[in-house]
Amino acid sequence: MSIVLVFLAVVAAIAAWWLSQQRLMAKPWLEQGSTAAFPRTESGSMPAAKIGLGVFLAVVGCLFALFASAYFMRMGFPDWRALPVPPTLWLNTGILVLSSVALQCAVFAARNGQFDMVRLGLVTGGLTALAFLAGQLVVWRQLVAEGYFLSSNPANSFFYLITAMHGLHILGGLVALGRTTAIAWRPEQRDRLTLSVELCAIYWHFLLLVWLAIFAVLAGWAAGFIEICRQLLT
Amino acid sequence: MVDVTPDAASPVPPAEVAEVELYHPHSWWTKYVFSQDAKVIAIQYSATALGIGFVALVLSWLIRLQLGFPGTFDFITPEAYYQFITMHGMIMVIYLLTALFLGGFGNYLIPLMVGARDMVFPYVNMLSYWIYLLAVLVLVSSFFAPGGPTGAGWTLYPPQAIMTGTPGGQDWGIVLMLSSLILFVIGFTMGGLNYVVTVLQGRTRGMTLMRLPLTVWGIFTATVMALLAFPALFVACVMMLLDRVLGTSFFMPAIIEMGEQLQHGGGSPILFQHLFWFFGHPEVYIVALPAFGIVSDLISTHARKNIFGYRMMVWAIVVIGALSFVVWAHHMYVSGMHPYFGFFFATTTLIIAIPTAIKVYNWVLTLWRGDIHLTVPMLFALAFIVTFVNGGLTGLFLGNVVVDVPLSDTMFVVAHFHMVMGVAPIIVIFGAIYHWYPKITGRMLNEAMGQFHFWVTFLGAYLIFFPMHYLGLMGVPRRYNELGDMALLSESAHQLNAFISIMAFIVGFAQLVFLFNLIWSIRHGREAGGNPWRATTLEWQTPQTPPAHGNFGKELPVVYRWAYDYSVPGAKEDFIPQNEPPSAYAASRGAV
Ligand code: HEM
Ligand SMILES: [Cu+2]
Repeated sequence: MSIVLVFLAVVAAIAAWWLSQQRLMAKPWLEQGSTAAFPRTESGSMPAAKIGLGVFLAVVGCLFALFASAYFMRMGFPDWRALPVPPTLWLNTGILVLSSVALQCAVFAARNGQFDMVRLGLVTGGLTALAFLAGQLVVWRQLVAEGYFLSSNPANSFFYLITAMHGLHILGGLVALGRTTAIAWRPEQRDRLTLSVELCAIYWHFLLLVWLAIFAVLAGWAAGFIEICRQLLT
Repeated sequence: MVDVTPDAASPVPPAEVAEVELYHPHSWWTKYVFSQDAKVIAIQYSATALGIGFVALVLSWLIRLQLGFPGTFDFITPEAYYQFITMHGMIMVIYLLTALFLGGFGNYLIPLMVGARDMVFPYVNMLSYWIYLLAVLVLVSSFFAPGGPTGAGWTLYPPQAIMTGTPGGQDWGIVLMLSSLILFVIGFTMGGLNYVVTVLQGRTRGMTLMRLPLTVWGIFTATVMALLAFPALFVACVMMLLDRVLGTSFFMPAIIEMGEQLQHGGGSPILFQHLFWFFGHPEVYIVALPAFGIVSDLISTHARKNIFGYRMMVWAIVVIGALSFVVWAHHMYVSGMHPYFGFFFATTTLIIAIPTAIKVYNWVLTLWRGDIHLTVPMLFALAFIVTFVNGGLTGLFLGNVVVDVPLSDTMFVVAHFHMVMGVAPIIVIFGAIYHWYPKITGRMLNEAMGQFHFWVTFLGAYLIFFPMHYLGLMGVPRRYNELGDMALLSESAHQLNAFISIMAFIVGFAQLVFLFNLIWSIRHGREAGGNPWRATTLEWQTPQTPPAHGNFGKELPVVYRWAYDYSVPGAKEDFIPQNEPPSAYAASRGAV
């Protein structure tokens, strides 16, 4: 469970930093009046949707940290036979990076008011994400064809489970992306567009990060890294 | 007092955030059924939770029928008994307590108490309720599925949870249970995002964190914890579902069942326990922290005194929330672990007692020389303190490895956790309902019925659960449907069991009175007025009672003080609402 504890430590550090700015040492029973005297303690001006997304990403991060924790615990048992890494995964990773880049371009374009570019970015991002999902399915087919079935080994089970979970999150993101793309074609909703595009991009970058971590775990590099850490500590 | 208003004539800084537009319902359906108003959602959540909670209450009667009068009731087979305790435990902990505190009270109180018009994501909030309802329906459907509900115990430990010998293990029961939990986690996450972000971003002007009522602090911290702990339950459920349905071996070791080798092999049941308790222990505090917060506010209001040590109360809530993530393995002492591990978890477990004890001292010091009004909510709040201390003390026993090992899986544990996370939070829920019912409906609950409900529930709960400690010390095991002729048991143990069962029925009857009171008072209760308890927090200052859509009329209130200005020397009344400007400002206004 050490991975999820590390993750929670990071979350706790962020929470502690934020709390430390909130005048937790104040003596509210001595202070009346408005809060003009203590700035930055009221609700911030950041859009609620952005904060909401941040909190949601913490939950998603926790979910995958738990999967990783379970993965490493289960790995220690003797029946574990690691999978080969299908080369297609590299291709998929590249596609997902492209997807993220496209959405980032859309963000810049939205901030500059270039709405054609926004549409292009959004559509590219969406299509590449779909391509990524298709690629993941291809990987599954390849593995099945080579006889790596879901339940024939725990390593396989984890591979399918974790990639499926990640894919589901991308799928959910695609729903939001679809709605944002629809907004991009409606000039009367332009004021909402920049925020929506930003939210999509943040979510995409996060899922890319999660994917890179998953890839490292599934391919076995993460285990080597953790082994080095362990040896350094002892 | 220091008056920190820089310029008394204009104490209100300009609004930084433009007011968001409120969603306005257009039809009866969107107003009362698919409503996006947090107050309606709160009532939907509460009604559903109380409804399913009632099922769990009936199940507890069936359990007690069997334990008190073994062999008398043919329909309670050993399998049925296991199904009853499993569903009873799971419903009580998750579908009743968690849903009621966070979905019910969270939805109703957070926007009102922080001075917001609604939750920040009303649509997601509505979805949250409907997914919760779906989870409840899936759970209920398992009663009617072939093979009945699962009988794996509320902890659902594999491998037994998905094997033939366990009721529902190879039938629908366990599948429906796991699916229902997965739905619950998804639905909760949607609601939880709302509660957290509304506290972060929805506070009205002047409402700094340190001016929040402790109720909001409790619900807020509990929600943050739940958002981080429920994923563990989600992961455990998904993996077990795969083990059961698709034959993977995440948790299932190689097993020979009735002479046949199962297809599983090599899995680790301990892995499940880690995941389950990584969720399970924080869950205790997810239901305890809102209770702590609510009790603080009830005590302060009904003793007409500011809460003692507000800052310490806030810090304690946060510290307890953080610490409760590093104690989970104290539920696994008997599963075998490295002795240093046991030592670590025993230490962290005992450390949590410190902030918890601070809270108890502060409650008692708040009461000290207060002007205590023994209203029904206050009675429940006082009963909570006693009960919680009681359950906490037995918790200190069980937190120690050497004491826990012999007591584990005895009735002592059942008595402990019912005191600390069964009776104590339920009592707070009752107190809170008596306290806020007038705001929700505009009428008071009937006082006489309330007193009856309180005394029977409080004394009765002690008569039920106190003797269980003795039974546990004697060695009566938990989760046994029948004790038979154990040599270690005297005749009096059986009599005690019968006595407990009779008490359980009497307490259950008192809950029916409560239910009747809830319904009866909607029409026949005494008119409450806007602020019957003369309380300071914002929800009592709304222009209409019950609060209308949008909560606060044309303009949002501005907050000038903390939530506990009771019996301030020199003040006109013995309470000053949070939105009352400081005297200097009022005076300057009067002069103009
Ligand atoms: C009317 C009040 C209640 C009565 C009479 C009652 C009675 C019981 C009994 C006799 C058992 C276990 C018997 C056994 O282990 O063989 C039990 C189990 C349990 N109860 Fe209650 N209970 C009540 C309320 C609650 C509440 C409010 C909660 C909320 C936390 C709760 C949570 C549980 C849990 C988690 C279990 C363990 C189930 C298991 O072993 O899997 N109970 N209850
Ligand atoms: Cu615990």
